[in-house]
Amino acid sequence: MSNWPKDWREIPMAGIIDAPGNSMEYKTGTWRALRPVVNQEKCIKCLMCWAYCPDMAIIRHEDDSISINYDYCKGCGICANECPVKAIEMVEEV
Amino acid sequence: MAVVETEKMVRVGLNGDEAVARAVKHAKVDVIAAYPITPQTIIVERLSEFVHDGELDAEFVPVESEHSALSAALGASLAGARVFTATASQGLALMYEMLYVVSTFRAPVVMALANRAFSAPINIHCSHDDAYAARDAGWIQYFAENVQEAYDLTLIAYRTAEDTRVLLPAIVNLDAFILTHCVEPLYIWKEEFVEEFLPPRKPVNIIDYDNPVTYGPLALPDYYMKIKRQQYEAVKNAEPVIREVLKEYSEWSGRYYAPVRGYRVEDADYVFVVLGSTAGTMRRVIDAWREKGRKVGVLSITLYRPFPVKEVTEILEGKKAVAVMDRSHTYGGPGAQLYLDIAATLYDARDRPRLLNVIYGLGGRDFTPADADEAYQALMDPSIKEIWVSLGR
Repeated sequence: MSNWPKDWREIPMAGIIDAPGNSMEYKTGTWRALRPVVNQEKCIKCLMCWAYCPDMAIIRHEDDSISINYDYCKGCGICANECPVKAIEMVEEV
Repeated sequence: MAVVETEKMVRVGLNGDEAVARAVKHAKVDVIAAYPITPQTIIVERLSEFVHDGELDAEFVPVESEHSALSAALGASLAGARVFTATASQGLALMYEMLYVVSTFRAPVVMALANRAFSAPINIHCSHDDAYAARDAGWIQYFAENVQEAYDLTLIAYRTAEDTRVLLPAIVNLDAFILTHCVEPLYIWKEEFVEEFLPPRKPVNIIDYDNPVTYGPLALPDYYMKIKRQQYEAVKNAEPVIREVLKEYSEWSGRYYAPVRGYRVEDADYVFVVLGSTAGTMRRVIDAWREKGRKVGVLSITLYRPFPVKEVTEILEGKKAVAVMDRSHTYGGPGAQLYLDIAATLYDARDRPRLLNVIYGLGGRDFTPADADEAYQALMDPSIKEIWVSLGR
């Protein structure tokens, strides 16, 4: 998922980050234990999930429908909790 | 009569602290960040005078604590400077958090550690508590046996720490008072020749506005262990480089340096293993014992970390028994610190000697020939595993 080095030998010495402004490359989605899954038929496009997501991991589309950016979603479940129509379900990552 | 001057060296009388301060001056350090503490104080005083008097072109940072001293040293080192700090005992304890940061950041800081007992009870004299406390922090550690070695090893510490195949911080240990405050004759370089061995530092990955890097970012379970593995390899890979530099310094100076020093060990049945100034005492004692027909030798460890497993094994395997001398203890462990290293090293030896742990000299308690004899008697008795000499049984 990440572009960062997999092998310990390839990591820059001392664990430094050798270029600025690259935190987007660190995919925090790997931390997730529960995955939010959107039921588009139930969704009323209220954007509560988009407003509440602490990681800006809800992608807002032109028509205000949403999807999840799984590269950064840590699976906290706030979106599912805030959704007024229970259109987001948290399912086990396998 | 001893030669007082050669083409490149002069013979002087200095105590260990003064000798270390001279070596730091000869290394032309850029930054000194240190907080004075007995028995290291003279080092810091002398360096501040060198800077004040214009004899050393360096920034002297008078910090408010040892934690700050090592933090300032780290920052300066990452900015590319050649850096020095010094401490002892409680000061090392206060630096503890930063020790691991400095080594992980691969900053080649050099520190003189005037080995002094940890409180309590408060004491200013020699134990090896502080050196052992820094053991697992990933620093190179040298032990000086006399004032000459304290001087030479300081120069060697810079050369090895800054070698781009190494890039690790280094500690030079010198026994409190026994070395820090005793005046001994030694040879020091004429300053203009030091660069032959120790050229200016060539830093890598420095803090630089034009090419910014981030030091110390969060590393979670996905990266932390990988970075630590890399650090582990770095310390392991430092060993052959250190061996090479010690050889080079020996040839350049005419004084012998190696990771360990064996004395009358070849035909010995029994060997005493020591760190620091006690090596000299033991050599004199062993010369006297040899007259009495005791087949004993002494193995002194100059390079404590990375631990020279190869040399130690070669010298000790096949001996009848080995006395490992520790100036500290692990309190409840299966032995004191050096004992554990020796025991672990010899576990894989072909012919494993019996071991005795000799605890001696805590808090500067004198170690006399009579104490050495007590240790020898204990070594002859296979039922004794550990002895605290000079306290009675």
